[in-house]
Amino acid sequence: MRRQLEGSRAIAETVACCRPGVIPAYPITPQTHIVEALGTMVRKGQLAPCRFLTVESEFAAMSAAIGASLTGSRAYTATSSQGLLYMTEAVFNAAGLGAPIVMTVANRAIGAPINIWNDQSDSMALRDSGWIQLHAPDNQAAADLHVLAFRLAEELSVPVMVCVDGFVLTHAFEPIDVPEQEIVDAVLPPYRPRQVLDPDDPVTIGAMVGPEAFTEVRYLADRRLRSAPPAFERIAAEFAEAVGAPQRRARCVQDYRATGADTVVVALGSVTGTLRDVVDSIDGVGVLTITMYRPFPAEEIRAVLVGARRIVVLERALAPGASGIVTSDVRSALAGLDVPVQTVIAGLGGRPIGAASLRELLARPGLEDVTFLDLREDVIDRELGRETVREPIAERDGEAAVESAGERAGA
Amino acid sequence: MDTPFAITLGPGSSSVNRTGTWRTERPVYVDRLPPCNQACPAGENVQGWLYTAEEGDYQTAWRQLVAANPLPAVMGRVCYHPCETACNRAQLDHAVGINSVEEFLGDEAIRRGWVLPTPAPDTGKRVLVVGAGPSGLSAAYQLCLLGHHVEIRDSAARPGGMMRYAIPTFRLPRYVLDAEIDRILALGIDFRPNTPVEDLTAEHGFDAVFLAVGAQLAHRAYVPAAQSARILDALDLLGDTAAGQRPQLGRTVAVYGGGNTAMDAARTARRLGAEEAIIVYRRTRERMPANDIEVTDALEEGVRMKWLATVKHADVGVLTIERMELDEHGVPQPTGELEELQADSLVLALGQDVDHTLVDTLPGVRVEGGVVQVDEHMMTGHPGVFAGGDMVPSARSVTVAIGHGAAAARNIDAWLRGTVATPEPEREAATFERLNTWYYSDAPETVRPRLDAARRVSDFAEVTGKLDADTALYEARRCMSCGNCFGCDNCYGVCPDNAIVKVPTGHGYAIDLDYCKGCALCVTECPAGAIDMIPEPD
Amino acid sequence: MPAQSVKFYQVGSRAVGNRLLDAELRTEQSSAERRNSITSGHRACQGCGEALGARYVLDTAERVTGGRLVTVNATGCLEVFSTPYPESAWQVPWLHSLFANTASVASGVAAALEAQGRTDVRVLAQGGDGGTVDIGFACLSGMFERGDDVLFVCYDNEAYMNTGVQRSGATPAYARTATTEAVGPIPGSRPGQGKDLPRIAMAHEIPYVATATVAELRDLEAKVERAMSMRGPRYLHVLVPCPLGWGSAPAETVHLARLAQRSGLFPVFEAEHGEVTSVLPIRDRIPVEEYLRPQRRYAHLFADPPRTDLIERIQQIADRNVARYHLDPHEIPHEEGA
Repeated sequence: MRRQLEGSRAIAETVACCRPGVIPAYPITPQTHIVEALGTMVRKGQLAPCRFLTVESEFAAMSAAIGASLTGSRAYTATSSQGLLYMTEAVFNAAGLGAPIVMTVANRAIGAPINIWNDQSDSMALRDSGWIQLHAPDNQAAADLHVLAFRLAEELSVPVMVCVDGFVLTHAFEPIDVPEQEIVDAVLPPYRPRQVLDPDDPVTIGAMVGPEAFTEVRYLADRRLRSAPPAFERIAAEFAEAVGAPQRRARCVQDYRATGADTVVVALGSVTGTLRDVVDSIDGVGVLTITMYRPFPAEEIRAVLVGARRIVVLERALAPGASGIVTSDVRSALAGLDVPVQTVIAGLGGRPIGAASLRELLARPGLEDVTFLDLREDVIDRELGRETVREPIAERDGEAAVESAGERAGA
Repeated sequence: MDTPFAITLGPGSSSVNRTGTWRTERPVYVDRLPPCNQACPAGENVQGWLYTAEEGDYQTAWRQLVAANPLPAVMGRVCYHPCETACNRAQLDHAVGINSVEEFLGDEAIRRGWVLPTPAPDTGKRVLVVGAGPSGLSAAYQLCLLGHHVEIRDSAARPGGMMRYAIPTFRLPRYVLDAEIDRILALGIDFRPNTPVEDLTAEHGFDAVFLAVGAQLAHRAYVPAAQSARILDALDLLGDTAAGQRPQLGRTVAVYGGGNTAMDAARTARRLGAEEAIIVYRRTRERMPANDIEVTDALEEGVRMKWLATVKHADVGVLTIERMELDEHGVPQPTGELEELQADSLVLALGQDVDHTLVDTLPGVRVEGGVVQVDEHMMTGHPGVFAGGDMVPSARSVTVAIGHGAAAARNIDAWLRGTVATPEPEREAATFERLNTWYYSDAPETVRPRLDAARRVSDFAEVTGKLDADTALYEARRCMSCGNCFGCDNCYGVCPDNAIVKVPTGHGYAIDLDYCKGCALCVTECPAGAIDMIPEPD
Repeated sequence: MPAQSVKFYQVGSRAVGNRLLDAELRTEQSSAERRNSITSGHRACQGCGEALGARYVLDTAERVTGGRLVTVNATGCLEVFSTPYPESAWQVPWLHSLFANTASVASGVAAALEAQGRTDVRVLAQGGDGGTVDIGFACLSGMFERGDDVLFVCYDNEAYMNTGVQRSGATPAYARTATTEAVGPIPGSRPGQGKDLPRIAMAHEIPYVATATVAELRDLEAKVERAMSMRGPRYLHVLVPCPLGWGSAPAETVHLARLAQRSGLFPVFEAEHGEVTSVLPIRDRIPVEEYLRPQRRYAHLFADPPRTDLIERIQQIADRNVARYHLDPHEIPHEEGA
């Protein structure tokens, strides 16, 4: 049943239907509404049995989730931006340990300068943490993806990050159909951990692995992660059938008039809707939305893009000094094909991505390899002008560090 | 569990990693010779029987005790306990009251009628023991247990020798002595009282002889005296008193001499009614041969001491005393200064001599300095004739005599079998420095109760009381088991590598060399110093 | 003569075991059936205090929980020497995640057990002093204040030993480490109060805080037992000498822990809900010099000329501890006020 809901609320209600056992939470905008709602549900007994832990940091949140997950409880948390980076070490660790945690990342820019609005710098920074990354194009998908995420995570024993554009989705009210409890229960069986802390089977989890086996550990993790796309497709189909809504069937990549198009715009997340509107009015242009960004579904992307004459990758993050992050992935997926792949950096730090700008951009005859959408040229010119009149900075002798800090390893 | 590769491991799988290869030294359990055992002239395994007594198994402890000494109740009263003097615990607080525990065990045995071991089957050998004092009884007992037929002859009417005729009853009640001697004789020893042996060459039918006639002749020293001055020998005084008589000594008694007999004589005199008993001795207290315990007891009972003094002349009721002084060698020299000392009687306690007429006719036997010479096997120069106790060069105590008897028995047994007794292997000393005394509880000694001095001089009741079962247990448990494992589990507990395993036999522990890294924590933390590190063999 | 009750057992209760004691009165470590939670074949240095301390703590925790125990371990020596692939020395369920997050992982484990209704299974987290007082401190404090049902055990060897003996917040004044070399006018670790985690833990008013050493086994076992009889956050701080880092003989590990307690530098006490409830009195107090001298990390204090001024300042620290915790059994209670 579709209801007018805030995106965060829909996500929270869907997560609750997934029956998490432990939710460690730490507030950070724009994720906060999700965990607030879950906390209230736990308080009211609507979500039970479940422990809602108000931890002291995102690092603790992910750590507690690891502990809970490896003790046999379905664990969930949500974060954004600085919070994601603050928990980075534990994010990698969760993947290394194979803890099937599901985490919502309400995508937000990374400071400095501090900025609370949307871009995807945060999840992009952790794209190689070993997690599966799913990007929600809209709020219905944002809700649905959480069910799929838990199922996928637990099937593969790999953690899953569901990326939702901050504010744009998390704070948007729209009609959303939160999956019914019975449907979720049908799609998502009780959590059966691959390995668990158990007095009756006292294994050692988290051993130290040296050069003799570390490569193999990584190889096997990579192989396991690469099995995610077909599993995801299967689960998504099962879910769509369960909800009786074929249009809600998620795919690793969503082809919108892209196959056979001259120009295909590749994008992740909520910009999809705008893009589809734009290309509806331009002939020969399609949109490819990447829902599963990690593992990178190179085969599926290549299959769609193989006939295109031009690829434009719309990036909501910037790799300073290297431009487009997704662009690199797309280029490698198209290895051997003689097709230009152009990067458009757009929507950083919450700047709106307007349809008019996109339309103008796609119509531009000679698009450069890298374009910053709606860049304020006057500001740039003025600042570059100021820099050229400054004296060059004299080379200074590096001062020796006074005292080096202790290395990060045990006492 | 479908555990992931390498990240998750099976429990305890490290046991395939043999860390013993890291080791350059390895621990070994040792049995060091504790100072009590080393000091015991009777050859008791003091630490051994204390160990058993600690567990409250008094009968077994007593059995270990009587393996060396068949007279524990006696020894618990009269031994000067060199074991306690040597005891390492003295360096921590006070020596373990070994002697009092021994007495307790001895008395328990009498009270409960514990019996001595059954002798071995008859060897057909016959041994004559001359003298039923501690040495003779000890030898007879050991020989009898070894299966030899033993005949003891003694000139006295009753067995015990000096224990019966010289030690006052307030130190050794006779029922104790009788009980322990009877128990020995009951093993099947043929005891012949009132049977002095005068000519050994006339004795036939024995395969070996052990001489233990003691030193029973009062040492003769000339003291000029008036005809009617009352002068008597200490041994006579002690013997008569022990026999139940009450010799008349007068109000003031002087005892001449500084040995244990002098102390016993002075203390006996007090009990016989002497208001004053004065020891006259030519040297100082430090140089007195008497045991310090006896001197202290005498002083407590009001006995006075006159040091650096000799008796020049004895008159009726008065002695003339000459003051002495020690020269640079510590030898007393007369000063010519005289004084008078009121004394109704003078008791001479100037030492005892051996009556060696018995061996004078025996070929090969050598007498030097008044005592019979024996070799390292306690045999005289006459094959098959052994000697021990006070009649051979020795410290002359009951304890030494018992040790002689036991040693002689071992040697006689070997001789009878045509072999030579092998000495005990040398063991390194269990010194105090090797102990980790931290672990021992703070525990001052349990002092045996004693009669107060006023009552002591009024009758012949036993001065020193006894431990009860609780206090005996406490005292036994003060033993630090120097140099020998006593099962405290420290090594087992402190090993970071779990490389010490408990085993049901032996020391109770074994080193698992597969895992022992050789850290030596077990050595440091062993309270008893019973583990050594030795270099790893190549 | 007054009857002397037989309370005395040769080594009394000081040794690991005692054949004269009833089995139920002996330590867990004396038992032939002890769990050996960390078993042979681990790669700890010779005479490692931490390996010993961990077995002492976990074996008792295993016993009192009837084997219903799971553990979380911080990165550090204990983790590294016990679990190099393919061998684990642990015989208890054991989870290692990171260096800093041990307390939080344990919070998550406890939360999961509670959510699953498996409150019979108890949680014990453990780490070194670096993982506790420094990098793991925030997580630990959070675990304390939330009231999570976890016993956190810190094995304090007073520096980062696994990385080669660098200073931690628990490194005592003037001790040499690789990052506080014994040079200059104030050699070794800078003096200061350090991070006194037991007292910080007490400030959280958690149900139970205790300190112990590997030299007082019975005390340590009693504290583990006491801790496991309670629910909520509990903290146990165990001094575990490190031969490598302290520059001491491997055989001296237990001895040094004992000297630390006897000097007053390491007060042994327990506290409930923020109040000290008992102390282990110093049986035979020693000057700090006796404790410092056998350790190479303090060698510069005894060089020529000796730094008697610094030794005196360390003595003052000990004196302050003795006064604060009333560690001296012969101390005459001081009348306050007036």
